[in-house]
Amino acid sequence: MENLNFVYNLIGQNWLAILVIIVLPLVFVLLYALLAILGELKFASFFQDRLGPMRTGPWGIFQPIAEVVKLLQKEDITPTAANKMLYNLAPFLMFTGAYSAFAVIPFSQYYVPSGINVGLFYIFAVGSVGVIGIVMGGWASNNKYTILGAMRAVAQIVSYEIPAGAAILSIAALSSSLSIQEIIIQQSGWFWNWNIFGGPGGFEKIWVIPFTAILFVIYFISSLAETNRVPFDIPEGESELVAGYHTEYSGMKFAFFFFSEYANMFIVSAITVILFFGGWNSPCGDLTNGWFGGAEWWIILRDVFWFVMKSFFFVFVQIWLRWTLPRFRVDQLMEFGWKVLLPISFICFFFVALWAMVR
Amino acid sequence: MKEKKNIDVAYSLLESDRMRLNVGPQHPSTHGVLRLEVELDGEIVTEVVPHIGYLHRCFEKHCENMTYPQCIPFIDRLDYISSMSNEFPYVIGVEKMAGIEVPERVEYIRVIMAELNRIANHQIAVATFGLDAGAFTPLLYLFRDREFILSIFEKASGGRLLYNYFWVGGLASDVHPTFKEDVLDIIKTVRQTNAEIMDLLVENRIFVERTANVGILPADVAINFGCSGPMLRGSGVAYDVRKAAPYSIYDRFDFDIPVGMGERGTLGDCWDRNIVRMREMEQSCRIIEQAIEQMPSDGDVKEKVPARVKVPKGEIYVKAENPKGELGFYIVSNGKPKPERLRARATSFVNLSVINDISKGYMFADLILILGSIDIVLGEVDR
Amino acid sequence: MKANEIYDKLKEEFGDEIIDLVEDEISDPFINVKPDKIDDICLFLRDGEGIDFDYLTMISGMDLGDAIGVVYHLYSLEYKHSIVLKLQVPKGNPDVPTVEKIWRTADWHEREAWDMFGVNFVGHHNLIRILCPYDWEGFPLRRDYKEPEEYHGMKVPY
Repeated sequence: MENLNFVYNLIGQNWLAILVIIVLPLVFVLLYALLAILGELKFASFFQDRLGPMRTGPWGIFQPIAEVVKLLQKEDITPTAANKMLYNLAPFLMFTGAYSAFAVIPFSQYYVPSGINVGLFYIFAVGSVGVIGIVMGGWASNNKYTILGAMRAVAQIVSYEIPAGAAILSIAALSSSLSIQEIIIQQSGWFWNWNIFGGPGGFEKIWVIPFTAILFVIYFISSLAETNRVPFDIPEGESELVAGYHTEYSGMKFAFFFFSEYANMFIVSAITVILFFGGWNSPCGDLTNGWFGGAEWWIILRDVFWFVMKSFFFVFVQIWLRWTLPRFRVDQLMEFGWKVLLPISFICFFFVALWAMVR
Repeated sequence: MKEKKNIDVAYSLLESDRMRLNVGPQHPSTHGVLRLEVELDGEIVTEVVPHIGYLHRCFEKHCENMTYPQCIPFIDRLDYISSMSNEFPYVIGVEKMAGIEVPERVEYIRVIMAELNRIANHQIAVATFGLDAGAFTPLLYLFRDREFILSIFEKASGGRLLYNYFWVGGLASDVHPTFKEDVLDIIKTVRQTNAEIMDLLVENRIFVERTANVGILPADVAINFGCSGPMLRGSGVAYDVRKAAPYSIYDRFDFDIPVGMGERGTLGDCWDRNIVRMREMEQSCRIIEQAIEQMPSDGDVKEKVPARVKVPKGEIYVKAENPKGELGFYIVSNGKPKPERLRARATSFVNLSVINDISKGYMFADLILILGSIDIVLGEVDR
Repeated sequence: MKANEIYDKLKEEFGDEIIDLVEDEISDPFINVKPDKIDDICLFLRDGEGIDFDYLTMISGMDLGDAIGVVYHLYSLEYKHSIVLKLQVPKGNPDVPTVEKIWRTADWHEREAWDMFGVNFVGHHNLIRILCPYDWEGFPLRRDYKEPEEYHGMKVPY
């Protein structure tokens, strides 16, 4: 597959271009994290019938900057009996797990940092590295609460990867490809071609729509469990374990755990959008292709706009759910994952694969 | 020291696969300074030992040096969330011993204030219970409504949380002119929000799964442990001091006693106690509506307040229905202006003692919910 | 049932252990008993036919000069009657049999009476302090209580 990367077209294939390609998602993640912090605070307040931060800037829009400055200048406390090396390594490992998934997320048809053709498999594999960070952090803090939180986190994340994996597998079967750009290109056209509506095709694919819709719901729920968001946030169950696996962290290391959680939220929304909602495709198809004479910068702008808007919508849904629902208990969560989501996802996978064969 | 050795007597020897975890005294969910020493086998609780006394102010010793009216601020600070209901039995007891009869208007205002306090207390109880389960939003909705009730209390007595409002023989001051309309507005808001909370929290499938069949308290265990209030009624025993031994003018009102019926899960679980509290809020609204209708519109609230409270020799045990249960005062007087002995039978003290028996065999997350459903206030537990 | 009916039944059953019944216009009626057989008396009161005192409201201590009194308030949920039992023990030897096997709520009430007054409940499984710190010295609610000068290096008198 050709590497359609606009940075190469701009600067040429050299080390400067590679640097720019690596740094661009980092800049995006940092800016997005600031926005997500503000979004969480403001949406939480609106759901709870109050105003939220109002003093830092008009309507509180500079609040994230205040938060970051606060976290930066906090004292870095390490418990004396903690295992120093693992304790210091844990937050960075979790952030690495979250950030490495950005290597294959395409923001536009002309921009994907690494155009490998097993992108889906890679994201799935790398997303599990974050668990090691959680367990390390929980165990190395030398605290009974954190270790309870870490154990719960491992059980939860490992169990919910399987329904998520089944959903991803179904889409791979539907598109006959593991490459992310390929999956997105197949969904081009207008929104009827999106995978949640059964992928490209006319009206004969109506019978497979319930299965893909259910797969979307299953994937979304499992992804909530992957990112430790309510109703699956028992690893950091605030009312029980004080703060779960990151109780003993303060200052910049806590900021890293915090950032990784938001980065994970974005990745999971991005994957949902890529797999089910057409990635960077616009819902009105090729309508706007001709604007500005089909210039490359316009296409990139339009793609990035649609991709980011759709992902932000799912991030908003995650925030919305957090402030509405109570949380599960450990054994109920495991029961739900293994006994409910898993069989349903396998049945849906069977039918979607059947459609892919018959089509 | 000799005392320290006795501490180990009650504990079983710690087996090697058990973990001892300290919950509190500073913890987001212990509702105050309470230390629970929990022995865990993985996630299953095998023993809970509560350590109390962090808030012990020995108010009984203080009250031996105060005159009868001066004791009232101390009594406020027992269950600091529902202070009006705390003052009620004490004031009634002293009036009964001293032979003072209060005017009608005072009786009605007292009942309305006590029932508003009951609603305010149950709002906190349900809100913090939801918070323990992980639902953050109902807390803010219920606290928003509680603010309206607190502003009425502030207009009447000057304080939002601790009032010193019920005096021996009457009240500290009369209510403001728009009292009746304000209270009826509050009742409307409370009913609306309660309907919303039922939908959002109490009937939510996740919440029901968390709280049904958890912390089951059988009725005979509850009676033997001396539990009262929603804990006892949640287990099916219809005992309410307002109906069993009516005090003040409660026999003039028509209201029901909600009792747990095991609708979701077993009888006597956390969900039952919670639904009893929700339904009691509705019954309090009914009482308040009837009281507002029947209340005489004029009368001096301070006319029977004596300049000096003279209580003849004798003793009395007087009880009332606090929002959390049966609050009683044992007042012993020897004719002097200061009480000889003032002992408070605190609801939360007795209700908390049950926690070891009802949390054995459940998971650690359930223990937090069970503690939330008992609804304790450390001011009452420790006095 | 009225207080004198309960008193008659108790007198019939236990004879000498029951001292007298004191009634007053404004006070609650109370029955004075001897401290030695309080656990049998309470068992009779809890299980007795038509008496059925299944609810122990509270156990309080009192300082009566050179003796310490213990007051039991009982209530029956079924028959809605209540009774007060009082007993006295000398300050030098304040031993009272425990009733915690009869009503389990007595466990904490008796611990508090021990903590505040120094009443020793014989047979209690875990009679340690409940409200004061575990190594506190002295019994706070007694009239002759003197605050200790210091506790673990902290100055106590305010």
